[in-house]
Amino acid sequence: MRLLTMATAAIMAASPVMADLVFPSLSYRTGPYAANGIPFADGYEDYFTLLNERDGGIGGVAARVIECETGYNTEKGVECYEATKGEGALVYQPLSTGITYQLIPKATADGIPVHSMGYGRTSAKNGAVFSNIFNYPANYWDGASHAVNHILDENGGDISGKKIALVYHNSAYGKEPIRTLTELSGKHGFELMEVAVDHPGQEQKSQWLQIRQQRPDYVLMWGWGVMNQVAIQEAANIRFPMDKFIGIWWSGSENDVLPAGDGADGYKALTFHNLGKDYPLFDDLQKYVVDAGKAAGAGDQVGTALYNRGMYAAMLAAEAAKTAQGIHGTAEITPAMMRDGMEALEITEAKMTELGLPGFGPEFSVSCENHGGNGLGAVAQWDAGAGEWNLITGYEASDQEVIGALVEEDSGAFAAENGITPSCS
Amino acid sequence: MFYRESGDFSTTYPEDSQTFPIRFDRYRYYVVLAVAFLVIPFIINDYWANAVFVPFLIYAIAAIGLNILTGYCGQVSLGTGAFMAVGAYSCYKLMTAFPEISIVIHVILSGGITAAVVTLFGLPSLRIKGFYLAVATLAAQFFLVWLFNKVGWFYNYSASGQISAPERSVFGIIVTGPNTEAWAKYLICLVFVTLCAIIARNLTRGSMGRRWMAIRDMDIAAEIIGVNPMGAKLTAFMVSGFFVGIAGALFFSVYLGAAEVGESFGIDKSFLVLFMIIIGGLGSIFGSFAGAAFMVLLPVFLKNVFVGGLGWPTDLAAHLQFIVSGGLIIMFLIMEPHGLAQLWRLAKEKLRLWPFPH
Repeated sequence: MRLLTMATAAIMAASPVMADLVFPSLSYRTGPYAANGIPFADGYEDYFTLLNERDGGIGGVAARVIECETGYNTEKGVECYEATKGEGALVYQPLSTGITYQLIPKATADGIPVHSMGYGRTSAKNGAVFSNIFNYPANYWDGASHAVNHILDENGGDISGKKIALVYHNSAYGKEPIRTLTELSGKHGFELMEVAVDHPGQEQKSQWLQIRQQRPDYVLMWGWGVMNQVAIQEAANIRFPMDKFIGIWWSGSENDVLPAGDGADGYKALTFHNLGKDYPLFDDLQKYVVDAGKAAGAGDQVGTALYNRGMYAAMLAAEAAKTAQGIHGTAEITPAMMRDGMEALEITEAKMTELGLPGFGPEFSVSCENHGGNGLGAVAQWDAGAGEWNLITGYEASDQEVIGALVEEDSGAFAAENGITPSCS
Repeated sequence: MFYRESGDFSTTYPEDSQTFPIRFDRYRYYVVLAVAFLVIPFIINDYWANAVFVPFLIYAIAAIGLNILTGYCGQVSLGTGAFMAVGAYSCYKLMTAFPEISIVIHVILSGGITAAVVTLFGLPSLRIKGFYLAVATLAAQFFLVWLFNKVGWFYNYSASGQISAPERSVFGIIVTGPNTEAWAKYLICLVFVTLCAIIARNLTRGSMGRRWMAIRDMDIAAEIIGVNPMGAKLTAFMVSGFFVGIAGALFFSVYLGAAEVGESFGIDKSFLVLFMIIIGGLGSIFGSFAGAAFMVLLPVFLKNVFVGGLGWPTDLAAHLQFIVSGGLIIMFLIMEPHGLAQLWRLAKEKLRLWPFPH
């Protein structure tokens, strides 16, 4: 058997590196997180298919998506990283905070950029320390602040004495906002109640019993995969008011709210991009990809929240690749050039309109000092009757005073631990 | 023809009691060692190290550890994942508290700490047996994972609850952290696995191993012939914990680099190592290696064939991989309940007679 493995690997190693732009997709279409992993992976791949079919690639060079199944498991994620990096991978988007933590040191040592869009290590925003890690346009601490700001708005700016519960996935991902929420609870005087849910989160009776007993005024959720559906169902079961239940952007897809039916009506989730499919780009997508039978997966996810997010991630990667091609004057860019492109990325309204996505996301620009964009986010609310998400606020800023200091502190600690001298030369 | 005992005379006692009394076995063992130490380090790359060899070697240590407890002493344990976590977290605490001390010493100390913890959780084995003991170790699994998640001291109060291995070197060669060369990773694991296997092999051949096996086969009879059950069981837990702890420490520091207790050391890890020794063969050091190889290599191999070779969609390949691995496990259990080690024993029996089987 070992001989056979060696033979396969030899064949794999012998295949020449083709002259195209490689975008690995570390996806998960199996396991307890598949319901959320599938739409994202479909959107990511479909956008590159569209670019290839319609424009002949990016700057004339075809984009190639290599899909590798991780099952949201860090060990498999590392294997996928090692298996695909030799193909000339330009940027990794693992869609898992655990895998991102694994890849931060590895990818930095290999000189390959990682884009953890709205997940991963928040303090990677400080590009002086995390040279190859990007988390624009918004991060978890922005998200925590958006949620608190929304609660502030609803209560006329005063939430002292209120009780806010955080229901979180008991992993690096779910623990990420606690730091900021603790800080914010001191600033605004609310009481924070932490409720952990262990992987995979199919059983949450005791957690929601606790919420029922302690009657928090608001519940925030940092959940993913099957945990979201269960939490929303449990909240509906204990008749927790849905408009006081706010999920992070990873807890706001159709798959999460649909199982609870009408019970989920009014549930809120954050987002850093727009929802729905009323954009000119979707016509092209329908024409060149879906109707041509080239859609990834089953092709039934087009226009869902996470599909849009996957597509948005692919769009940002493609735009960064274009920027990199512009900077270095060559169409066939390397991962190092891609990194430069990501660091110089600028998303404006004009650019989004040109791409067929007017008003799809906030405007932002990336620089060495700021790998995290502007941190703008909006609140969406689920309308169970119409079966769609609606933005109920505009893109608003987060509390940069609190977050900036935390980013500085955490990235400084990382730099000291790993002997990195922060520099932006 | 090649593999036979006749003509292979031992003239001294050490020669008679050596690990591999048959000459062909001995040479094969030397060749395997030579290839592992002198050939593979020169041709290994990142992918082969991280996806195949390093996990295989580390799981082999864990499987040896569990095999001593379950295969040799007959005490079923479902807490291997958590015991590996004890090794990993001790290693992390030691690495960050005493950065100037060599990582090798830290790994060995982590094994010692794990041995103490496992012995503690082994105490119930003196009163309960079989399935009930399995449930007691299951409690250890959940308790330890909860503990490492709950108490900030274990992960140095990091914001995400993750532990990550700082860069450490042995003789000036970096062995942990992102800048580690593939061969350095591989070699440090190989050295540990070789030493562990030699120690385990000799322990199990000696009086201690015989006591374990006597307890496994029939504890009342063992007690009657003078085996102290408390001593035998607790030493088995201790030695097993030592190896599992070393495996956990290497798993975190050399292989993963960053770990999170719930995901990296959950209940599935316990089952994975248990499957390894069941498929490899209970009560066999070779079986621990064979089982680890089977469980580590098969998914990687199937994935490469289905996705890389045949170009199938990744989700289909992932599901098929479950079906194929599951089917193979059931097939093995039905056709060869004593595992791959028994197949190997049978092959050797046949080889002895070859080419004249009658």
